[in-house]
Amino acid sequence: MAKIEVEHLYKIFGPNPSKVIPMLEKGMPKDEIMEKTKHGVGINDASFTVEEGEIVVVMGLSGSGKSTLVRCINRLIEPTSGTVRIDGQDVTSLDNEELRKMRLTKLGMVFQNFALYPHRTVMQNAEYGLEIQGVDASVRREKAANALSVVGLGGWEDSLPSQLSGGMQQRVGLARALALDPDILLMDEAFSALDPLIRSDMQDELINLQDDMQKTILFISHDLDEALKLGDRIVLMKDGRIVQTGTPEDILTNPADDYVERFVENADIAQVLTADSVMKRCEAVAYLKSDGPRSALRKMRKHAISSLFVIDSEHRVAGVLTVEDCRTLVEKGSRDLSSAMTKDPKTVTLDTPASELIQIIYDLPYPLAVVNENGRLKGVIVRGTLLGALAERGNTDDNS
Amino acid sequence: MTIPRLPLGDWIEATINFLVENLSFLTKAFSEITENGLDWIEAGLKAIPEWLFIPLFALMAWRLTRNRGVGLFCFFGFLLIWSMDLWNATISTLALVLVSTLVSIAIGVPVGIFAAMSRPVYRLVMPILDVMQTMPAFVYLIPAIPFFGLGKVAAIFSTVVFAMPPSIRLTCLGIKQVPGELVECAEAFGSTRWQRLFKLELPMATPTIMAGVNQTVMLALSMVVIAAMIGARGLGGEVWKAIQRMQMGDGFEAGIGIVIVAIALDRILQKLGSRSKA
Repeated sequence: MAKIEVEHLYKIFGPNPSKVIPMLEKGMPKDEIMEKTKHGVGINDASFTVEEGEIVVVMGLSGSGKSTLVRCINRLIEPTSGTVRIDGQDVTSLDNEELRKMRLTKLGMVFQNFALYPHRTVMQNAEYGLEIQGVDASVRREKAANALSVVGLGGWEDSLPSQLSGGMQQRVGLARALALDPDILLMDEAFSALDPLIRSDMQDELINLQDDMQKTILFISHDLDEALKLGDRIVLMKDGRIVQTGTPEDILTNPADDYVERFVENADIAQVLTADSVMKRCEAVAYLKSDGPRSALRKMRKHAISSLFVIDSEHRVAGVLTVEDCRTLVEKGSRDLSSAMTKDPKTVTLDTPASELIQIIYDLPYPLAVVNENGRLKGVIVRGTLLGALAERGNTDDNS
Repeated sequence: MTIPRLPLGDWIEATINFLVENLSFLTKAFSEITENGLDWIEAGLKAIPEWLFIPLFALMAWRLTRNRGVGLFCFFGFLLIWSMDLWNATISTLALVLVSTLVSIAIGVPVGIFAAMSRPVYRLVMPILDVMQTMPAFVYLIPAIPFFGLGKVAAIFSTVVFAMPPSIRLTCLGIKQVPGELVECAEAFGSTRWQRLFKLELPMATPTIMAGVNQTVMLALSMVVIAAMIGARGLGGEVWKAIQRMQMGDGFEAGIGIVIVAIALDRILQKLGSRSKA
């Protein structure tokens, strides 16, 4: 079961919203509806899910309905029709008290302009959620202090928000949400008000935190690079409609329409493509135990390659062998591959971004091995395939 | 061509007379109690000798505002009042202003809160405030007498009517001015309406509310001469006496006394208001 399920959600602003929905279903555009009925279309038939522990980034330009969408999930804005379910429970049918309880226990929210209470200290801000839950003063102080230290603000407890920089203020905002230990974090353009360097730091930190916390995060952003960096999946919105849902690579490699494509044009490809997506399957390897120089040479000749990774009995990369290495062994009459091969060659993990790969591969005499977290060989990257992958993505812009 | 005379005045008079006949026993009783209370406050303040009161007041002003100038002004200002032989009148005025202000705040701040929380209340209250502020004070001075009798309570009543609107307006404004994102945040974290009010809106509105209180005090002070016409004594009474006897010197002395009290109260309250902002 998905953590958050949104089905056929509509939000129409105006005195008589229900009469507008049939028009939308017939496909009448937003502008025409505004002209004819004076109703604003906030969200038009949005459906998507967020799985437990996943970061989904809802992304779109201003006015695309993304902020309205996130507010419909905790009903800061009342949806016109459709359902929102959290843990299978229909949020739209909750009464005020039940809704309040759900917000209190399950939904933490982080705001674009931090929304810190200026009259409260950092500590008092962080413990706000616990305070209104009626949690004991000593317990809530401890939890809030803990949350503050998680976001790196230990020692600032007694400062006022106005004494903090923007990045630190948003850490307080994050700590305030985390102190409640909610299952779900709703982050509305949480980093948009920060300057680019701080923003990038905060993104990295969120990714790190998420590794430990495994929260379900719905992140709103208008910045594609941010969406690509943070999102396990991305929901792209335009004019209140969802135009594409998919992983960052789906969005980059298969843009659903011109709109998405234009959006994606400016993304920094090298940041987004990872070793996983540019590597190719390893066609041949030499086995340390069973292969000798002659069989290694045969494998190279067969696949028209000039080097071969040597794999040990646990399928880990033990070394790399070139044609010349094999010839020397044959001349010596030795069968021991380990005496000639280059031991412990450079390897990278699956999630290494292409921008780093370029630097690593630049002066490497043999291909780059891609391994998983256990050190097992998953694929190889040669200079040609990497540049090809980057160039291919760059080219789609010109072709379109 | 003539237009039929609409006897609006007659109707109002009939209504007031009706109310006076049926309710004045209540208002008179209320008046008695209030008058007693006011006398107690006055007596209490007068029991403190001048040589003790003045330095204490100046010290308090200094500590509250953290401004030596305000303290010095209070010290020498009140010393001047004492030497002008206006001490008792000033204490009466202070007591009157104090009670009027407290009543205005006690009614005004809650009404302001309700006006900010509820659209219908807002729509009902705002035109009433317009009437309260623009209707000449002399007009409701007349019916105040049959209800409360000649004297201080009628004076307090008309002072409250005149001085309360800023408390209501600025309380309402202060709450409505709380940034939308902060209100959303309170909602998103599951605050109840009262938690939102007490933990967010009132603390943030405090400087604005204090500005309203300041206005209320100033308006109450500006009413003292008018209030003197229906029997409140004090500095206003001295001015009123001077007008009737054409004593320019006495009039100015009492007037200067009012100015000193006004400036002292204004500076202290302003500092309190701006300090709660920090």
